[in-house]
Amino acid sequence: MVGIPSRHKSLVLLAGVILLQVVLLAVQIKRDSQGRLIRVWTVGAISPFQRAGTQGVGSIRGIWNHYFALQNTSRDNEQLRRENDALKLQITQLQSKAAEADRLAGLLNFRKLHMDVPMVGARVIGASPGTASETIDIDRGQRDGIKRNMGVITPDGVVGKVIEAYANTAQVLLLTDKDSGVGALLADSRTQHPVGGTGEPLLVMKYVPNDDNVNNGERVVTSGMDRIFPRDLPVGTIVEIKPGNPFKQIRVRPAANLERLEEVIVLLTLHPLELRTEAESSSQKTPAANAAGQAPAARP
Amino acid sequence: MNDSYDLRGAESHIEVHKFRAGAIIGSLLLVLFLQAFLPLYVPKAEILDLPLLITIYFGLSRRNPSTGLLLGMAIGLAQDSLSGPTVPLGLYGIAKTIIGYLASSIGARLDTEHPAARFALTTVFFVVHQGLIVLTRRILLGQPEAWFNMRLFVAALVNALVAVFLFLLLDRLRKR
Repeated sequence: MVGIPSRHKSLVLLAGVILLQVVLLAVQIKRDSQGRLIRVWTVGAISPFQRAGTQGVGSIRGIWNHYFALQNTSRDNEQLRRENDALKLQITQLQSKAAEADRLAGLLNFRKLHMDVPMVGARVIGASPGTASETIDIDRGQRDGIKRNMGVITPDGVVGKVIEAYANTAQVLLLTDKDSGVGALLADSRTQHPVGGTGEPLLVMKYVPNDDNVNNGERVVTSGMDRIFPRDLPVGTIVEIKPGNPFKQIRVRPAANLERLEEVIVLLTLHPLELRTEAESSSQKTPAANAAGQAPAARP
Repeated sequence: MNDSYDLRGAESHIEVHKFRAGAIIGSLLLVLFLQAFLPLYVPKAEILDLPLLITIYFGLSRRNPSTGLLLGMAIGLAQDSLSGPTVPLGLYGIAKTIIGYLASSIGARLDTEHPAARFALTTVFFVVHQGLIVLTRRILLGQPEAWFNMRLFVAALVNALVAVFLFLLLDRLRKR
């Protein structure tokens, strides 16, 4: 036999291997055989890896999907939380606006009831920087006709008086200030007693003799005698009565919420005013009166 | 699988690389697994022919035509087996046997360590491999198939690009 050169051995091997596979192909075609044994071996060798891989990928995919789902959920939660916060803020703003609308409606209603009283609405823009005084700042001043000692009220009751007027702002001394006071009377007995502040939330009614009959819950209204506030404006309600020497110690809760003022009305006159009651106002509303509605009812 | 040695003769300057024990078998099983597995989750991965890349790599590295063609045959037949009954045993086997032989023969004559050389050789081998498959189908199986299309060209480039990085990875399996 002729020996095969070593450098051709690989070539011969190649030819042999290819021939073998061609025969294999031919056998498969002729016998319609699928070479099952080889396939079984190969698939048997690979399928465990595939199965493990599929399970692994399934697990990884599950974790991956859940991770992203959770991530999305977290993102959604965060977004919903932000929306919730925004809605809460919006609700608060709307409630505030609704409350403001109510207050303004009250002011408007008050103005409609007292069309003959010159007044101007003002917004509270500041408060006293310390506890030494009980004041507020309003956004109306001399340009709006505001002067010192003008009365400041809300539809709920008396607030205080203007202690300083600037061009565009004014400072108001609240009833609760210890230097503040208003001429008042008991609504039931019609006895007059001044009411002043103490620097605390409650007012005090002064100079009420121990033998006077005063009841808790009794209303206190303005007397008009201070020439600042018109008569019968609500000042507050008696909440505490103690016997004292020589006068009773009577505490009055202000009718106006002096701790949370936002809008006030400044009475634009230094002369005594006569505010009509709602019944009087409606009964006297005639075309002539309406025509003269803007005229001030200030007495000389 | 001993230490590296140099081929005698004109190509004596070309180093023959040896691999760690089980590296070739492990790589073979891994790429067969990935080849059958990846398209399930990444459909575009079917454009890759990882068994071919492995054949080329070990052919170029081992630089022994006999080993290369036998390795190619084994990989090709395994791929045939995994390809299902519609692919007769031998279709990939023949093609990869020849590629294994060619890669080993070329690897014994050229320095194929440079990425550019690997890219170019892989592109050529891929095209040749596809040509052999088409030839086998046409001549031996009577299944007419186009010789060339754009997808083949793109696949060749993609596989060559993947090969550059895959070969760098497989280089780590070499014995130092």
